[in-house]
Amino acid sequence: MAVELDVFVGNTTLIDKDVYQLWLDGYSVSDAVSIRIQSGILEQSGATPDVLESDTMDHYRAFQMLERLLHSPPKLINQLLFQIPPPMQSMLIEKYYTFDEPFVREVLGKKLSKGTKKDLDDVSAKTGITLKSCRRQFDNFKRVFKVVEEMKGPLVGNIQQNFLLSDRLAGDYAAVVFFANNRFETGKKKLQYLTFEDFASCAEQLIQNWTLGAVDSMVDDMDVDLDREFLQDLKDLKVLITDKDLLDQHKSLVCTALRGKVSTFSEMEANFKTPVSMGAIHGNHQKLHYEDVPRVTVPEAS
Amino acid sequence: MPGKLKVRIVAGRHLPVMDRASDLTDAFVEVKFGNTTFKTDVFPKSLNPQWNSEWFKFEVDDEDLQDEPLQITVLDHDTYSANDAIGKVYIDIDPLLSNEAAAILSGWFPIYDTIHGIRGEINVMVKVDLFNDLNRFRQSSCGVKFFCTASIPKCYKAVTIHGFVEELVVNEDPEYQWIDRIRTPRASNEARQRLISLMSGELQRKIGLKVLEMGGNAVVGYLQCFDLEGESGLVVRAIGTACTLDKLSNTATSLLPPCSSPSKDLKEVPFSEDPNPVTHSSGPSTPLKNQTYSFSPSKSYSRQSSSSDTDLSLTPKTAAPFPEGPRIFLFPSSPPLSSSSPFHKSTHLLRSEALHSLTPPHSGYVSPVCLRKTVSFNEELLLTASGMGSGSGGKDGGPLKTLYRQQTQSAFEHREFPFFTLTTFPPGFLVHVGGVVSARSVKLLDRIHNPDEPETRDAWWAEIRQEIKSHGKALGCHAVVGYSESTSICEEVCILSASGTAAVLNPKMLQDCSMEGCSEHRLSRQPSFFSTGSEKGEFDFFLQCQDSASILGLDDTSSQGCSFCHIPYDELNMPFPAHLTYCYVCRKQKVPDVLFTTIEPPLEAAVTGKGCLIQARLCRQKKKTQGEANATAISNLLPFMEYELHTQLMNKLKLRGMNALFGLRIQITVGENMLMGLASATGVYLTALPSPGGIQIAGKTPSDSSYEQHISNMQKKINDMIIKNREIYEINPPEILEELFGSPIPESRQRSRLFRSQSESSDDVSELDLSHGKKDAFVLEIDDADAVEDIHSLLTDAPTPAGFYSCNTETMPGINNWTSDLQMFTSVRVFRLNNVTSLTSHGLNKAFSDLCENLLKTLYFKLRSMVPCCLCHVNFNVALPEDELIQVAVTAVAITYDKDQAQCIAKACTDRTLLKASTENEDQLQFTLELCMESQSSQSAVHFSPSKVTGITESGNLQQVTPATQRATSVDYSSFADRCSSWIEFIKQKAQTIRRGSIKTIVSLDKASPLTEAHTRHRSPVSCTTSTVTVVEMTPLSFIPGAKITKYLGIINMFFIRETTSLREEGGVSGFLHAFIAEVFAMVRAHVAALGGNAVVSYIMKQCVFMENPNKNQAQCLINVSGDAVNFFKDADVESASSQPQTSGLQIGNGSGDVVT
Repeated sequence: MAVELDVFVGNTTLIDKDVYQLWLDGYSVSDAVSIRIQSGILEQSGATPDVLESDTMDHYRAFQMLERLLHSPPKLINQLLFQIPPPMQSMLIEKYYTFDEPFVREVLGKKLSKGTKKDLDDVSAKTGITLKSCRRQFDNFKRVFKVVEEMKGPLVGNIQQNFLLSDRLAGDYAAVVFFANNRFETGKKKLQYLTFEDFASCAEQLIQNWTLGAVDSMVDDMDVDLDREFLQDLKDLKVLITDKDLLDQHKSLVCTALRGKVSTFSEMEANFKTPVSMGAIHGNHQKLHYEDVPRVTVPEAS
Repeated sequence: MPGKLKVRIVAGRHLPVMDRASDLTDAFVEVKFGNTTFKTDVFPKSLNPQWNSEWFKFEVDDEDLQDEPLQITVLDHDTYSANDAIGKVYIDIDPLLSNEAAAILSGWFPIYDTIHGIRGEINVMVKVDLFNDLNRFRQSSCGVKFFCTASIPKCYKAVTIHGFVEELVVNEDPEYQWIDRIRTPRASNEARQRLISLMSGELQRKIGLKVLEMGGNAVVGYLQCFDLEGESGLVVRAIGTACTLDKLSNTATSLLPPCSSPSKDLKEVPFSEDPNPVTHSSGPSTPLKNQTYSFSPSKSYSRQSSSSDTDLSLTPKTAAPFPEGPRIFLFPSSPPLSSSSPFHKSTHLLRSEALHSLTPPHSGYVSPVCLRKTVSFNEELLLTASGMGSGSGGKDGGPLKTLYRQQTQSAFEHREFPFFTLTTFPPGFLVHVGGVVSARSVKLLDRIHNPDEPETRDAWWAEIRQEIKSHGKALGCHAVVGYSESTSICEEVCILSASGTAAVLNPKMLQDCSMEGCSEHRLSRQPSFFSTGSEKGEFDFFLQCQDSASILGLDDTSSQGCSFCHIPYDELNMPFPAHLTYCYVCRKQKVPDVLFTTIEPPLEAAVTGKGCLIQARLCRQKKKTQGEANATAISNLLPFMEYELHTQLMNKLKLRGMNALFGLRIQITVGENMLMGLASATGVYLTALPSPGGIQIAGKTPSDSSYEQHISNMQKKINDMIIKNREIYEINPPEILEELFGSPIPESRQRSRLFRSQSESSDDVSELDLSHGKKDAFVLEIDDADAVEDIHSLLTDAPTPAGFYSCNTETMPGINNWTSDLQMFTSVRVFRLNNVTSLTSHGLNKAFSDLCENLLKTLYFKLRSMVPCCLCHVNFNVALPEDELIQVAVTAVAITYDKDQAQCIAKACTDRTLLKASTENEDQLQFTLELCMESQSSQSAVHFSPSKVTGITESGNLQQVTPATQRATSVDYSSFADRCSSWIEFIKQKAQTIRRGSIKTIVSLDKASPLTEAHTRHRSPVSCTTSTVTVVEMTPLSFIPGAKITKYLGIINMFFIRETTSLREEGGVSGFLHAFIAEVFAMVRAHVAALGGNAVVSYIMKQCVFMENPNKNQAQCLINVSGDAVNFFKDADVESASSQPQTSGLQIGNGSGDVVT
């Protein structure tokens, strides 16, 4: 006896968060079933493996149908096909757009092109994330990038409006878009120890203070492109790298200015480094090398 | 007289890309009604067009308004080639025709294409201006309301229940027309969808006319079905119960006096007036006439039994001249195997013959199996029988009862078919229940002379209904309730089936009663049903069937909820062998040992413990034949299937320690080489009925020790199972001391024990608890492999996992505190049986049984997050689409209940009341509110309870009423309070209600749904700010737990076809069907939302026909759904909506004091 067809459709779409995660992680149905079995769900619920398989299949089918809508979250909110409670909708969207730290470190700052996509199997092999999941995450980057690329207004706001992400995740995407647009190399050995979070807060500061948007709030690409004047100024900072004396002078000046104002002063003083050490600026391809920007920016922010 | 239909096309969204070059669409809309078409302008290059059209006006006959659907087609404009259709929306405008319905239909509808599914949405507004037509000869019936709900809809009261209405419309199936060869699948599907929409409109109009003729204004329990007969046509048929309904105004509800004195009721008891104002010629309303026809009961009885005896040798030897002979079966309310007969086989035969012996005389055909003398009951005889039955059976108040019966009978004489499609009745309506009556008939579709005319089918159904009617009479009943009809078609063979529950009804209630929706009873705070009648200057016959004790002021049986169990037939002249005992509640009237019914458990029923879903499954092979031979083969198999299903049901019922079945539905499905039988019902333990005996296994007479060991092991297993089940379902019937009652029942525990130890072959079992053995045990003979298999299959039914209950009735007896968390679902499975022919019949049975069990298991697993919950209204549909394929579709609703409350309440009311309650389990500051139906009502009341209210709370919309005894009234009725968790909650809900008042169709998510409401607190603020989708609940039940239905917006009856030529690409058959079912749900929800509703009740998926051709990469599916669109408020909202809760309603404060601890 063989099951030819097996579907379960609820008026309110039932979503199992665990299965959703497995689907997002790119596991096949059979892999997902075995993972679920290992989790001890059979003992808990007294179900049999075929019940579990049927359930997993149902979920996967539903997710596949939902994926089309997840590509443009406002559609998911307004669609009539699946009745999903709003908290569940947010969960679906949030999780779909959540990316893995190892993955983003590989891709951050790279051009979101077909070429990069082709190399995803290498990324997959290196990070241990399934290729399917890598593709989803890459496509998410690219989709968000494409949508907000040409938009006016604040980057984070645009992302939030078009993808209905949480503040935090929208901020992360803003960082990804910012890095991809400016093609900052983040893969250098010297920067390996930095986490995505470090880069993200760095991007946040850059966007806040040094982009076009910081100067004029109603220009295209306001949060994506750096302010040209600022870049000019940055060129002048080059001397700090070449001349050690000037650097020390800079340090003492900054420390004097901040003394007494910052609680973590001594720590900061010990760790003081050039906020932005410029390598080279080649025409339109600005490449910034920076070190420990977060550590400096922490007191600044406070 | 015409009406004016006005349509406006507002906008579209999420349209598909129709122009690959630009990735955009140039969309425009065609609006068609009848033969008139309007077009909007083309909105170029947009996937979200804003047409904002003018109002298109159609001036049409109201006849057309009823028949025709409004057809909206969205197209993509193409300059050079033909315009491409994007999809269509069919809108049934019938809900707009009723005067109290929605004034406007407005909202987003999914644009549906039969090949591509849903492709975007369109915003449409529809209005109807109707001019009243007073023409006597009109063909339209605008304004007659239709309800799928098989009970008096809440917020209405029934003035009169007129009775059965039916109609049938036939047309050629477009799929089988010659033109289908040259048109596209899309055109063919659309032709079919349109035709069915037209036909169901016509059908509804015709039924409406009949209702108007009867003087009614509504149809409840409306059940419409499609028969896809293939070559011979497409049949749309419907049945329903015509009623005159009155909308309950708030004043009517609230001004009812809270209680009327019982003495008033009693004064009116003498039945003075003829219940039927119209006199009818049918004679037997006088006792005199009865006496002339009197006969000896014993004689009749022996005749019947002799027929059984002599029939043993009779098997159908000759092919019948009419293969389409009617098949009639009677499900008696007692088990057929009542003795420990050693001849197992012969018992089978005996039983089936006994079933046949009730073939009524009106049958025009001689059925092949019934080639024997039948007991010919004629009507007079039956009347006498019932008259005598009451005379001899009712020792007290007997003559009254007789007279009452006869009057009742006369009230029904004028009805051609005294049938009621209702399954839930107002208290007091149902007097006695006889048992299940069912009839089946096998017909050949290619024998229809005029396939396009309805006459032949009309005659078929009339014949079957006649059978049902006479069966009802055989059971001493004049009416059939919970009546339904169904068909199963395979090629040219068609099985027509009808079934219902024979019952004695209260005639007064039928003619002109003040039957009210039950919630209204509750709201008017009446202690029990009969006060309603009395204050309207009427009386209830109900009291008469109570014994004289009630008149003497002793405990009233009506409040004990046992009277409906009392036998309506003559105990000396029973239509079938049954054990009768005195009612375990009132100890006065006779009751059968087992009761089978197709209705919902009556509100007043006293139930012990909880119920459970019981299924009997059967699969029988048959040879592949054609025409008459095929029909004969099926006819021959049917009685055996019925019998076996019945045995299975009985065994399973006993295994669960229960004694009654409700909601029994037996589906027999015919396939090419198989017949499937699936019987589903909800088993319960009725307190009034005797405790069921255990199941005994008896081995072959010559047996060795190992065999005996085996038998005793099995016996032990069964006994353990029974004990376990009694624990699971909390069946602890109150022990009744027989001495105390001085029961004349000649049974004693001693005897049964004696019997047992004799029949059991091993000693270890005899120590078992024999409390369930007050009567002779049910004996299963193990005389062959079949029997062993039977027992095995009995034991292999997996128990429902902890935290789950299931039933196929609307509510679960014994669970009464539903939360508003519900999930309706449909699950479909198709199995392929490999080598059907090589399977033994038991292998086949097992396969089918496993299929159903697995399906249930999957459901339990899926819904595990809702535990503790109950699957209600579990409805199985079996189809055999191809040779080796079995398709099972299940629709049900899972409702979460409150466990803690369940326990305390269960203890409080196990033995007496059955109360539906919905409570919010918030333990902090509580205040209880009592509300009347309408929010403006001045009778609403609030009181604060500083501590937790331990009493039983009842949610307003639930239809159940506590048939409480009068002395308990103050306790039960004062606690109809619902609780808000805190003041903050209260204020919040109030705010929501105020906002809701503005626009109906565009309600943001957090306002409309109880589901989302629950989540509102912790949702992220980002996601739902933009949503415009109304949450629509769907439920097969007639109510929504924890909520109050405030308005019925019209019937939803939709038919969809979906076809694909790229099955693999759409995810195979599962992907295809998954998407289609989701689309159907979406379209139903959209229509309801457009009507301003937020739920569908009494939802049912009547048909799901799935065909595939994987080789061609094709599949097609047809789905037909229906339900009632309603608007509901969560109780909490209604409470806050009543603006002056504190000032009003202090009058019930005293009553509540009993509850508040």
